[in-house]
Amino acid sequence: MSTTTKPVNQKAWWLILPVFLCVAFSAILPLMTVVNYSVQDIISPDRRVFVGTEWFAAVMRDQDLHEALWRQMVFSCSVLAVEIPLGVMLALSMPAQGWKASVVLVIVALSLLIPWNVVGTIWQIFGRADIGLMGSTLLKLGFDYSYTGNALHAWLTVLLMDVWHWTPLVALLGYAGLRSIPDAYYQAARIDGASKFAVFRYIQLPKMRGVLMIAVLLRFMDSFMIYTEPFVLTGGGPGNATTFLSQYLTQKAVGQFDLGPAAAFSLIYFLIILLLCFMLYNWMQAVGTADKTEASHG
Amino acid sequence: MARIDLDLAHAYGPNPKEDGDYALLPLKMSFADGGAYALLGPSGCGKTTMLNIMSGLLQPSHGTVKFDGVDVTAASPQARNIAQVFQFPVIYDTMTVAENLAFPLRNRKVPAAQIKQRVGVIAEMLEMSGQLDQRAANLSADAKQKISLGRGLVRSDVSAVLFDEPLTVIDPHLKWQLRRKLKQIHHELKLTLIYVTHDQVEALTFADQVLVMTRGRAVQVGSAEALFERPQHTFVGHFIGSPGMNFLPVIAKGGQLQIAGQFLTLDAGLHLPEGDLKLGVRPEYVALTAAGAPGALPVQVTQVQDIGTYVLVTARIGEQVLKARLAPDQAQPKAGEQAWFQVLGTHSCFYKNEELLA
Amino acid sequence: MANKQPFQKRTIFLFCYIVFALLPIYWMVNMSFKTNAEILSSFSFFPQHFTWENYKTIFTDASWYSGYLNSLTYVAINCVISITVALPAAYAFSRYSFLGDKHVFFWLLTNRMTPPAVFLLPFFQLYSTLGLMDTHIAVALAHLLFNVPLAVWILEGFMSGIPREIDETAYIDGYSFPRFFLTIFLPLIKAGVGVAVFFCFMFSWVELLLARTLTSVNAKPIVATMTRTVSASGMDWATLAAAGVLTIVPGAIVIWFVRHYIAKGFAMGRV
Repeated sequence: MSTTTKPVNQKAWWLILPVFLCVAFSAILPLMTVVNYSVQDIISPDRRVFVGTEWFAAVMRDQDLHEALWRQMVFSCSVLAVEIPLGVMLALSMPAQGWKASVVLVIVALSLLIPWNVVGTIWQIFGRADIGLMGSTLLKLGFDYSYTGNALHAWLTVLLMDVWHWTPLVALLGYAGLRSIPDAYYQAARIDGASKFAVFRYIQLPKMRGVLMIAVLLRFMDSFMIYTEPFVLTGGGPGNATTFLSQYLTQKAVGQFDLGPAAAFSLIYFLIILLLCFMLYNWMQAVGTADKTEASHG
Repeated sequence: MARIDLDLAHAYGPNPKEDGDYALLPLKMSFADGGAYALLGPSGCGKTTMLNIMSGLLQPSHGTVKFDGVDVTAASPQARNIAQVFQFPVIYDTMTVAENLAFPLRNRKVPAAQIKQRVGVIAEMLEMSGQLDQRAANLSADAKQKISLGRGLVRSDVSAVLFDEPLTVIDPHLKWQLRRKLKQIHHELKLTLIYVTHDQVEALTFADQVLVMTRGRAVQVGSAEALFERPQHTFVGHFIGSPGMNFLPVIAKGGQLQIAGQFLTLDAGLHLPEGDLKLGVRPEYVALTAAGAPGALPVQVTQVQDIGTYVLVTARIGEQVLKARLAPDQAQPKAGEQAWFQVLGTHSCFYKNEELLA
Repeated sequence: MANKQPFQKRTIFLFCYIVFALLPIYWMVNMSFKTNAEILSSFSFFPQHFTWENYKTIFTDASWYSGYLNSLTYVAINCVISITVALPAAYAFSRYSFLGDKHVFFWLLTNRMTPPAVFLLPFFQLYSTLGLMDTHIAVALAHLLFNVPLAVWILEGFMSGIPREIDETAYIDGYSFPRFFLTIFLPLIKAGVGVAVFFCFMFSWVELLLARTLTSVNAKPIVATMTRTVSASGMDWATLAAAGVLTIVPGAIVIWFVRHYIAKGFAMGRV
């Protein structure tokens, strides 16, 4: 029987149904509410005026929004550029079995488990010149380091914090993917006389493709929506140097307390991420070998 | 192509004391250059361990492995120049069929023109010439196994090709095609081939010599015929044949054989030690006979099954079950009836402590 | 296995990363054993006046204590539901083709693409209407929004790595679907299940906005309690640090339990 196509079976919908219900419950109703708000001017709880696409147009014209979007794009791209290779290298370095593997696994995963406001707080302290290890060390080494005063320093600190916080996600996914490679592949490579790099390029990397795709999309999405950590660390400053998109949205919604434009912004925000993820997803599918619709690779 | 000599044992721990501590009990075995061998046995008998020791993926805890007289016990698989085909297809997903086949040669820095030529020859042999530029990942399981095999064959000086149950994931109707292909390749290239399987049909059709193993022990080596006619161990008698050999506990005393209360006279020329023995006779050699005939054993027929090419008669004598294979045109007894079986003859074997006596 | 040289390079790299990973955490642990006065006044790798005070505050204060229990409760509920519904769905996406399959799969992912802030008000209204405000189940259900797609996504990836021949061989051998799924299939995707469970736990455990919005007293999670530490006299660094340390512990335990599923190799074939 051909193993390159999946059998068509509409009854598979029964298997999907629980997932569909769970997610739709949480997603569709609120989404409808948001759409509803986005096309109205809510002057007070009782007075609402339908304004159509007025909010959308206003949001699109907003210059500050464009700048925040640009900052966000640079941030997300930097995050991916550092975290994906670093995470893969980490996954390759982690021991495969034994007690050492367990210890390393727990240590690596630790940073993921810290509530995000605490992450921000840790780095806020860490970077301070008076009570922080990093801050005071950098000063002693002669750097005029200040994440509150210098925009570049603030950027680098936020980036470093994100790398510290989230690289383990990429590493864990990569690690699990590596552990799923049957021994026979490594044995065959030994027999074929392959070098370590060839093993990485032809066996490990292709087999990790699936999980890496998840990692790339996940990190992209999450970094695009990042709020708590940079907010706690720099408050968006100095000025608005580290004010990314999510914080800008919250500032607008909370500051002006205007549900209409905030809802419109939310939808646009969502659509931007959707569009970028969609493009990224399709690009990765096209570049890679094994598709979701292609078969099992032994 | 090489001759492989094994003189080894493999234990799980550092200080093996009893049989159970060994994955492979001490054995001495030679695989002739260019021979086709099968390692046959049930799961867990140690055949894959033996294969991995031969290929160099595993080092034996005791003893040596020699290729053409040279001690390679500590050598890597690469150094031994063997090829191994695994239970499931192991191919490089990102490469085409041609690139897969060329891979071992590229790693040895063989010139490109030579690679191309060699790949062409092997592809032709495997009937994959038309698929050389296809992505290997998209092919069916049997095609992928052929590629795995091809990667082993592509090195012209490969010493031996080792197979670890390679047909496990192949569709049944394609298995025979691949088996035939393997035999063809053996015939053409005259390589030393060693094939591990738990399927006796595969082993007996593929190999010239079959090594039967159970629980870490190599029990018998021989041709299919030898294994069938004179199994040296009750396990071999039981494992080979469909159904396996019948075994009856008997007591030999003073030229007579006591079987479940019945007495049969033994041949004068047969010298058996007195006491408890086992009589082994294959269903193919159990014949229906008449009541008074010499050596006739009365049995109670419990089941008669028409298998098509033969009729399988299951009968009981006392507590023992006895099976006989009869030709379809022979007179058949009916279930519930009493019949007489002839169990003593030139094909009958006697065992003491599971080992063959006569 | 192979050469020693690359092995050593990797070990050095791993060592460096571990130092990088642990340093900020060590600093927090360090702080948790100091008093606020000491933190703000001096600078040391080791507490000069070692104190358990901060931890005592947490363990004796009922609201801190119950915060942990609440968080653990709704996170556990969420994990169980997420994985249970995700397994069959992932299997369907992996093995079958059906009307709208690719679209539904992508739609699932899109649920993670909206900043949670967007859902605050609608969720508030929804759960108020349902009378589920300030309950564990409310937070558990709300978190399904981003955990279920993630679980399906991860599990599908791992399931697709298993050749369909395994399924087919099992059916030929007479296995019923539930038996096949539980005794053969699940062990093969152990690593994926381990990762999925860990991520569901993690994302639910650290989520702040929704958890804080949907709860007030009875189900208040630890992450919300921790934001209380900003008082009039400035940040209560010491207690915050101690609480921070304590929030890591349950997660560390979870990953310790699933480590076998992630770390163990994948044994192929059913011989």
